[in-house]
Amino acid sequence: MVLLIYLLAFSGGFIIMSLELLGGRIMAPYFGSSIYVWGSIITVFMLSLSVGYLLGGRWSVNRPSLKRFGTLFLCGAVLLYPLVLMAEPVMGWIFESVEDPRYGSLLASSVLFILPTVMLGMISPYSVRLLVQSVEQSGQTAGRLYFFSTLGSALGTLMTSFYLVLWFDINQILIGMTLALVSLGVIAISAHSASSQQPVSEHARP
Amino acid sequence: MPARNRRVPVYLLVLLLACMPAAANKVLHEQRSLYSNIVIKQAGDRICLLFSVRRDQRNQSCMNTRKPREMVFAYTRMSMTALLFHPNPESALIVGLGGGTLPTALRELYPDLEIDALEIDPEVIKLAGQYFGFKEDQKLRAHAQDARIWIRRAALRAKTFDIIVLDAFNGEYIPEHLMTQEFFREVKAVLASDGVLISNTFAISKLYDHESATYASVFGDFINFQLPESANRVIVAPQQEVSDTLLGRRADMLADRLKPYAVPIQRYARLLRRQRNKRPDWDTDARIFTDQYSPANLLQAR
Repeated sequence: MVLLIYLLAFSGGFIIMSLELLGGRIMAPYFGSSIYVWGSIITVFMLSLSVGYLLGGRWSVNRPSLKRFGTLFLCGAVLLYPLVLMAEPVMGWIFESVEDPRYGSLLASSVLFILPTVMLGMISPYSVRLLVQSVEQSGQTAGRLYFFSTLGSALGTLMTSFYLVLWFDINQILIGMTLALVSLGVIAISAHSASSQQPVSEHARP
Repeated sequence: MPARNRRVPVYLLVLLLACMPAAANKVLHEQRSLYSNIVIKQAGDRICLLFSVRRDQRNQSCMNTRKPREMVFAYTRMSMTALLFHPNPESALIVGLGGGTLPTALRELYPDLEIDALEIDPEVIKLAGQYFGFKEDQKLRAHAQDARIWIRRAALRAKTFDIIVLDAFNGEYIPEHLMTQEFFREVKAVLASDGVLISNTFAISKLYDHESATYASVFGDFINFQLPESANRVIVAPQQEVSDTLLGRRADMLADRLKPYAVPIQRYARLLRRQRNKRPDWDTDARIFTDQYSPANLLQAR
């Protein structure tokens, strides 16, 4: 159970960073590759994650469970997939409506990435709630979780920029991420049903 | 003579020789812009603008201060073959400014020519003016914007150009979003129906295959202009047929006017005629770069 949550946190981190890197490639044909495009992307991701953290923490108060944790991933998939279909028309419309490419890129980043990133941001605080056993251990629990999710972020960054863009189309990577999120959500929900009576224990480590 | 006395003059000579090249190569200006480390170097009569990336220093543009019109680089000279396909251009688009050698030459040859130069880095525009004599006027404007954006907007305004020269490089190679099929389609949309596209590239191995296939997918059979003495290859894609005889005649007419620029236009015309019937020297099945798939920078490192 603990390992599963570590895996889910790791995957969340992976996908967030992968999406952020792809963001630059997705927006370049419409907004160029100037520094302000990256400024827009990073701003939007940071803001969305901060809101996600707040919401995830808030949501974790009400009957937290692996099942609800799983639905975060499913919702993430639902919010991520539309990028495959509507990124181009949205960017085209914004390009034609907004003259200044800086604000154009900020608006496009927001429209494309806020929703999925907020959803993915909810993963971290929620996973802390699921694993924390006591106040004394809470710091260590959070530390371990952030270790795995940030490790996932590092790997997501590396894999995407070094290999994924070399092997696949952008849309193929997005679809892969969507499928991964769906699978992870389903696994989490099934794991919940399988062991609904067992309390999640930090000490049950192999 | 004791050995000690004989060794001293040799020492001095070696020291002198070691100092000489260092004195000849002077850095006039060094600047870190948002996009690259720009260095202006002077070696003897030659001033060059370079982008400094990692351990590599690539010359982007050079000028001979004693003969400022003379084009130093082969690819700039080769780009002038555009005039063989459109000898009386009214509008030109230059993507990538460097020292501004090309727009400056075109302005001198055609005083009424409308020239738009696109350069993402405003510092490069400034330095081109400071060190290479690049001067804007009513009809020669440099725009500090990403070329992809500018060209897209130009298409919305239904603008067309008789000559388009693609010569955009960051420190490594050409920016990836300027190497895709969609970009080339956008460029073609602003190219006059009798216009000509010139593109300067210097890819090797697999990147060369991908790049060539991508150009071919939009511009069809282009002339793959290569000189044995240069690593560059210049893609020449005229939108209209120009016969061999017409090419030769136009070269003869332009020869004198292009002499101060050191452009052997008649030789180039002969080479173009020969190379235009050659079969593709790249893998025609190579995967085309699109906005979905354009890992050009990764391939370039291989």
